[in-house]
Formats: sequence, structure tokens, C-alpha cells
Amino acid sequence: MKVKDPVQYMRRTKAYYEAQGFDTPYQYAHFTDVPFAKPTKSLASSTLGLVTTASTYPRAPQEPRQVDTAPIKTDLKLYAGDLSWDKSATHLDDRNSFCPIDSLQACVSEGKIGHLAPHVQCIPTEYSHRATLEHDAPEVHQRLLADGVDVALLVPL
Amino acid sequence: MGSALDIVQHCGAARFFFVDFPLGNPCGKPWDRTMQDHLVSAAVELFEAADQSPTTVYAREDWGDVGWKQRYMAVDDSNRAELAIKGAALRRNRHDRQKRIL
Repeated sequence: MKVKDPVQYMRRTKAYYEAQGFDTPYQYAHFTDVPFAKPTKSLASSTLGLVTTASTYPRAPQEPRQVDTAPIKTDLKLYAGDLSWDKSATHLDDRNSFCPIDSLQACVSEGKIGHLAPHVQCIPTEYSHRATLEHDAPEVHQRLLADGVDVALLVPL
Repeated sequence: MGSALDIVQHCGAARFFFVDFPLGNPCGKPWDRTMQDHLVSAAVELFEAADQSPTTVYAREDWGDVGWKQRYMAVDDSNRAELAIKGAALRRNRHDRQKRIL
């Protein structure tokens, strides 16, 4: 691997869990058909919804994860201590570095985006493809629609 | 908008703004509001700029130190034995939890 190359996370995590004696590698989600939809209105007229994999409370490592919704406010605190972000290289003390509410509000102020939806949607990092496809994603979709969202920005940690 | 290029491209995403930073800060370095505003502004442009799926745009920003790329979940002789012990403990805990449920 050249130093400048992006990290091969699938290969890296496979080797990491194999070293722990877990021989069955995780099957990452894969779709050959990825639909493309052109926005029906300009971004400057659109309401943007924000989706994060952080949560509104500090989850324990084995705690079941669920879809959650939080009103966007200045002091909104989000947690992701149970997720596998790079804890030796960085931190999550600055919410805007992983859930860019402030930067999106700046885009609204500049007229780049029409509105920011009033809630941030928290979608679980779920190993089960079925749980994501059949429950979590549809649930988040409904909550985005309830907020009048036209376009959604997904920012996984 | 994210930092795991291979995972997102393997899954498939209509529009992806890739920021080659350590996992956890896909929107820019902590406390660097100028960088964050620039990255997020560039990311949302994809809603209108992309005209086909999949479209990936690579942010030009540099984290600076590149050591993190080698360190993340690295396996070598310095931690191989420790990881084997950790894995055995995880399996024991999982087995014990299942026994309690039954």
C-alpha cells in the first residue's frame, strides 16, 4: 500500500478479526444497481436532511441500536464511542467534524441550500443487512419525509 | 460524505464525496471551521453537479500526518497474540450470554 492510497478498510478489518480467530469474514453490502434521481428543484430551494450514524446518547458496546431523531439545536450532543472510528488518530469533541450542522447552516445563510431540516436522523450501524433494508432505512426515510426533506446528506462515521 | 472509500464504493452510492481522513472526521479536521465549511459546501454541490450513478468526488484536503493509515486496525507481530486472546474472550462472553438466555 502506498502511503497516499486510501485505506482498504474491508481488507484491514477482515485481517483484524481473523487475527482474533473469527474465520467468517463480514459480507459488506453490495448493490449492482444504484438508482440515480435528479433533484426536482434547485438546491437553493430545497430542504436538506442530515443523517448520521452517531447517536443521541452514549451506547454501550453490545447495546442494541435503534433509529433515533434529535431536534437540531446549538448544544446538541451526539455520541459514537461504540463505533469503530479511528480513536488513536482523532476525536469527536467537535460535533461539526462528523455531523456538520454548523457548516450546513452556513450553506443556508449563503443561500446555497434552501433550508436545513429541523431534525438530524440517527441511523444505526447495523451488521444485519435485513435490519437496515427492512426496518432502519425505511424508518429514517419516513422521518425525513415528515420533515419535508428534498435531499438527504448521509455522513457515516 | 465519508472516509471509507472501499466500503462505500462496494456498497454503491449514487453520489459520494470522499474525504481521505481518519474515520470519525469525514467533514474536516476538528475545530477547523474553514476547512469544514469548504468540504461540506463542496459535498452538497454534488446534488446538482452529478449526472449519473455512481459519482465519486475526491476532496483534495490532506490530513497531514499519514501514519494513521498504517496504524488503523493493523495486525503484526506486536499485537497478534493479544488479538488472539481478545477474540477468545469475546467468544467466551458471547457463549456465556447465550447460556444465560437459554
